[in-house]
Amino acid sequence: MFADFDFQVIVEAAPILWRGMLITLLLTAVAIVGGILFGTVLALMRLSRFMVLSVFSGRYVDAFRSTPLILVIFWFYFAVPYVVGRPIGDLYSVLIAFTLFEAAYYCEIIRAGIQSIRQPQVHAGLALGLSQWQTTRSIVLPQAFRNMVPVILTQAIVLFQDTSLVYVVGLKDFLTAADLVATRDNRVLELYLTAAVVYFVLCFISSMWVKRLRRQYAL
Amino acid sequence: MIEVENVSKWFGDFQVLDDCSTQVDKGQVVVVCGPSGSGKSTLVKCVNGLEPFQEGIITVNGVSVGAEDTNLPKLRSQIGMVFQNFELFPHMTVLENICLSQMKVLKREKDEAEERGMKLLDRVDLIDQAAKHPAHLSGGQAQRVAIARALAMDPIAMLFDEPTSALDPEMINEVLDVMVTLAQEGMTMMVITHEMGFAKQVADRVVFMDEGRIEDDAGKDEFFGEPRGGRARLFLSKILTH
Repeated sequence: MFADFDFQVIVEAAPILWRGMLITLLLTAVAIVGGILFGTVLALMRLSRFMVLSVFSGRYVDAFRSTPLILVIFWFYFAVPYVVGRPIGDLYSVLIAFTLFEAAYYCEIIRAGIQSIRQPQVHAGLALGLSQWQTTRSIVLPQAFRNMVPVILTQAIVLFQDTSLVYVVGLKDFLTAADLVATRDNRVLELYLTAAVVYFVLCFISSMWVKRLRRQYAL
Repeated sequence: MIEVENVSKWFGDFQVLDDCSTQVDKGQVVVVCGPSGSGKSTLVKCVNGLEPFQEGIITVNGVSVGAEDTNLPKLRSQIGMVFQNFELFPHMTVLENICLSQMKVLKREKDEAEERGMKLLDRVDLIDQAAKHPAHLSGGQAQRVAIARALAMDPIAMLFDEPTSALDPEMINEVLDVMVTLAQEGMTMMVITHEMGFAKQVADRVVFMDEGRIEDDAGKDEFFGEPRGGRARLFLSKILTH
């Protein structure tokens, strides 16, 4: 099976794979940043005194966490153009799907982070005359995020792997690019092996880095 | 300055404060003592609105704390508060801790806030710790920073919630010294503490609480001089024998 393993195939496919990797990284980055921003808003809504906000956020999180990501990608691919009234392209539909999906997961992470900050810290902020919002922004969130860094990064690694699901809508991410070349050149072994190694190495290095970070800063 | 009139508070069915009335006049120091769970901490937190209460009236400098239209952040910015566990902000340096509310609430410029901060750090003898993070301070140092942070807001009154209970014995005095000086300078203070030495030295009145009620509220000499009734005597005999 490995007798006719041809490294040349991989070298020739490198430019296509690299372009795929850029899409994968773009997706990951946008989903992390967008997911954290929107997730923070959702978490604050979830913890809000106002029932409407809290219930909406709770339902949102439940809905997305009960749906397989692959279905969400699929549905947004068809639903978004329908809602917007014009085609928006596979990249944008996927970016939106990932951001909204990840926000649900980040919301729960961030909510737990906020709740890990002890009540007296909030009291200390309020007692100094800071408003509720100033206390949240200057005292609660910075401490919460510091505690959450390892979990957020671990979620980012999972997210990086999950981006491969975009093959269902034909977006040329790293895995789809590898798959295309594999079927085109009939070199399944070389390309799938390359894809596996690349995913493994990147995720492994990131995990090690998170572990070190956790030790270094005693998180 | 601080008037507490017939205040009652419930956590669900459990009554934590039962018809409490007392007052702290301008420049007075009132020490609040009593067994744990007697409601003293809750009472002090009602004074700056950190805890809501269901019945009664609390006014600070003429402003009703519980009223709907009271600007609580503004009122709180005028009342300093010192907590049992210091509650410095761990993600900021000592100086940043002292400057945060000066800049955000009083809208002081950074330079002005830092200048004021350094002056106060000098006052509590910690000027060389300005750039450190709270994790690197001893308990006594942290509590003095917390006092400096409260003073930076130029408060008209100060609340202390067991400021020395979390400290190792050898650090208690460095904090009490700062508080004594503050009291002698005429700061209006409401202090929860079991440090009866402090009470004897600077208190004008001592309030004894038990089971949510103010059982005793007397001038210092009267409180320590005459035999007190019931629980107050028992309590005093317990803490004074240490």
